[in-house]
Amino acid sequence: MSPPLLGVGEEDQSNVTLLASPASIDSLCRNSSELKERNYMGLSDCSSVDSSGVSMVSDGNKSSLNLKATELRLGLPGCQSPERDPERCLLSSAQLDEKPLFPLHPLKDGQYPSSQKAVGSGSKRGFSDAMDGFTKEKYLAKSEVAPMLSPRPSSNLGLKTEPTNAKEVAPSKIVQERPRAANEPRPNHNGSANGNSSAPATKAQVVGWPPIRSFRKNSLASTSKNNDEVEGKAVPGAIFVKVSMDGAPYLRKVDLKNYSKYQELSSALEKMFSCFTIGQYGSHGTLGREMLSESKLKDLLHGSEYVLTYEDKDGDWMLVGDVPWEMFIETCKRMRIMKSSDAIGLAPRAVEKCRNRN
Amino acid sequence: MMNYFPDEVLEHVFDFVTSHRDRNAVSLVCKLWYRVERYSRQRVFIGNCYAISPERLIARFPGVKSLTLKGKPHFADFNLVPQDWGGYVQPWIEALARSRIGLEELRLKRMVVSDESLDVLSRSFTNFKSLVLVSCEGFTTDGLAAIAANCRFLRELDLQENEIEEKKNHWLGCFPDSCTSLVSLNFACLKEINLAALERLVARNPNLKSLKLNRAVPLEALQRILMRAPQLVDLGTGSFVLDRDSDDSETYRKLRTTILKCRSIRNLSGFLEVAPHCLPAIYPICVNLTYLNLSYAAGIHGSELIKLIRLCGKLQRLWILDCIGDKGLEIVASTCKDLQELRVFPSDPFGAGHDAVTETGLVAISSGCPKLNSLLYFCQQMTNAALIAVAKNCPNFIRFRLCILDPTKPDPVTMQPLDEGFGAIVQSSKRLRRLSLSGLLTDRVFLYIGMYAEQLEMLSIAFAGESDKGMLYVLNGCKKLRKLEIRDSPFGDMALLRDVGKYETMRSLWMSSCDVTLGGCKTLAKKMPRLNVEIINENDQMEFAPEDSQKVEKMYLYRTLVGPRKDAPEFVWTLV
Repeated sequence: MSPPLLGVGEEDQSNVTLLASPASIDSLCRNSSELKERNYMGLSDCSSVDSSGVSMVSDGNKSSLNLKATELRLGLPGCQSPERDPERCLLSSAQLDEKPLFPLHPLKDGQYPSSQKAVGSGSKRGFSDAMDGFTKEKYLAKSEVAPMLSPRPSSNLGLKTEPTNAKEVAPSKIVQERPRAANEPRPNHNGSANGNSSAPATKAQVVGWPPIRSFRKNSLASTSKNNDEVEGKAVPGAIFVKVSMDGAPYLRKVDLKNYSKYQELSSALEKMFSCFTIGQYGSHGTLGREMLSESKLKDLLHGSEYVLTYEDKDGDWMLVGDVPWEMFIETCKRMRIMKSSDAIGLAPRAVEKCRNRN
Repeated sequence: MMNYFPDEVLEHVFDFVTSHRDRNAVSLVCKLWYRVERYSRQRVFIGNCYAISPERLIARFPGVKSLTLKGKPHFADFNLVPQDWGGYVQPWIEALARSRIGLEELRLKRMVVSDESLDVLSRSFTNFKSLVLVSCEGFTTDGLAAIAANCRFLRELDLQENEIEEKKNHWLGCFPDSCTSLVSLNFACLKEINLAALERLVARNPNLKSLKLNRAVPLEALQRILMRAPQLVDLGTGSFVLDRDSDDSETYRKLRTTILKCRSIRNLSGFLEVAPHCLPAIYPICVNLTYLNLSYAAGIHGSELIKLIRLCGKLQRLWILDCIGDKGLEIVASTCKDLQELRVFPSDPFGAGHDAVTETGLVAISSGCPKLNSLLYFCQQMTNAALIAVAKNCPNFIRFRLCILDPTKPDPVTMQPLDEGFGAIVQSSKRLRRLSLSGLLTDRVFLYIGMYAEQLEMLSIAFAGESDKGMLYVLNGCKKLRKLEIRDSPFGDMALLRDVGKYETMRSLWMSSCDVTLGGCKTLAKKMPRLNVEIINENDQMEFAPEDSQKVEKMYLYRTLVGPRKDAPEFVWTLV
């Protein structure tokens, strides 16, 4: 008997029994009342299943849940055992010989319901439900998550109102839905096969998906700030500049791209050079695009021991905070945390610039 | 026969039994063996800190030297568990300290650790040697300072992906000059570090084998550190970037020369920031590498990655970003014949990812690397045909985790669900222990899992299945199942209550955004007093006497010997 795995491409008949038979609640209740041997310790592999529980006699025209199929067996799956009903068995050995378990191309029977059912069923919460603010209609019309849906909302809505609420899926229902699936326009298939031809602009972000730890997410986020490039790839463009501090034994380097405003840079530097005090530079809130008034600047210089200065492209030493942040990171070559007594000479220039802006 | 041996002989024999599962089995044979085993057990693993109490641990294993504890459920990694849920290590450390246990090693995962806990830890156990914290939170660098200052024989301090508040202290400088016993130091998750203290520390610890730096360590410092520690086996670089200044070529040249001397490096990671033109510095050691982690190195193009990979013929474990592309994976397949573990992470998790990997890359890997046994693969799409091919090429999977970024995407070629593909995987890999599913999936995949995944211990399900039958197949079929976590799938009370005894054979069950109702959970809790059935209840809608018919947003149940926990916050209800 050839293992079903290797029988690729051989299949023709699609006799794999559908598992779509609805479970009879009665037979299930019968099972739960029996004592079961529980394999708590994992010491022995005794089968804990009742053989009498799953009734092979169907109630009415519903066949019972084939729990037997999931039981631990000594033989290969699908081995004939006396009590098995070959018709109900998922994989009879005959089937194993004739057709592989996992056919490569779609079976004629279309053995399971289409994805429309997943979306349309009222009792199931599909991926669409997990997205905030999406109604079913919107989801059907716009999203490319379920590419089987046709772009014509009307036909899908029609599908949606089918009585698919029942958890049982009788074989007849499958047959009913399949023709609809077959009618899906092929262009849709091609479009979604490419996967990314249309950016899923309406895709909401589901909490916790994709499953990536926060540390990794944050790490990627900070190294890929320029994410709107055409290639959709991250451009690192790190801007490292040396930072020296008067009196400190060694220099540091900072990546200016890690910050989006002066406040952040200031607190980062503060942490870095924490053995020396930087002063109230960061907390003034007058930096960035706002102008430094003369009085505020004096507060700055007199209230703190150090000031933050930088050397620009022209080789001039400037006070940090005068120009817009974006301009600053473009022109800054290196930074120096200067004693305020040394920085007095810079003040007139800064104040002058402010005056010019006024 | 064994009863006639003195206890010492039994103990000596048990010394050779090291895995905790085997020791658990040994302890069940008879009362004598139970007694001998418990006094001689040194390493204890507790997979759920709420399953047992510290007092009972100490009572049974008075000789414990190494303790591993896990706290929050796995989905806490993905923000599905709110803050303050629990998982505090404080009571454990306090109890161990009071009882004067000779603790030497503490390994925590997803637990809340406070500075006070670390302080008590550092002062209470004179022989304390090893602290490993993975995905923990709640402490600051003050706690680390206490560990550094007080643990005189510290050998290992391993901080992996923790959330640590960084104070202005220089905790690294708190290691006394007499500290020369370090073997392993990992602070990659911190943002800052005192460079001078680091260099001095490395210089006086000649036994250092594993060193993982953080972003704040620039290339120049790395070069100096490697000069002092050419014996390193395990290196995590910090920032691997040279900037605009003009003296870079000198630095780079020195780095290359230094790296040439580091012939012992087998594991290379870090690259939290990297400039592509610096990569050639590590080419000389690539040939020796067995583990390479470039999964944080965003911004390296596929072509540069490929150049690097071509040199790594001995690689056994590779963690990489999907910008390597399918083409890059083909190179991996042809170069790394010994590859056992592959993890491909998304560089752009929420975008369209044009350079991302698809099923083609995975098939190429499976075809070139038959020893592959552990996979974590984030991709844009997957086909049944590809999974079937992978299953055929690699029958040795122990861990198989596939994450299709669009979680309900079908096979794009056939438009079918991926049931057959995953079915092939579970049927072929008979030793599969861990499985994560994604893509469009019906109940059928669960039937396959129940039928074939006989060794499966952990299963993660998201946006899958159609009815209770799916869950039932799994619960009924997977005899060795220990952890089951399900989100956004249509499984309800019928599946939950079908076989309540099953949950005592498992560590835990997580169900969120499924169809289980409050009434169903209550019924379960009532029938099974040795389970804690917890409802996490964040919304307002549950505030006012909720109906039994109301669906429960998040349920987490686990077996326990110590009843409902006393530290549950107000938004966690333990049903009884």
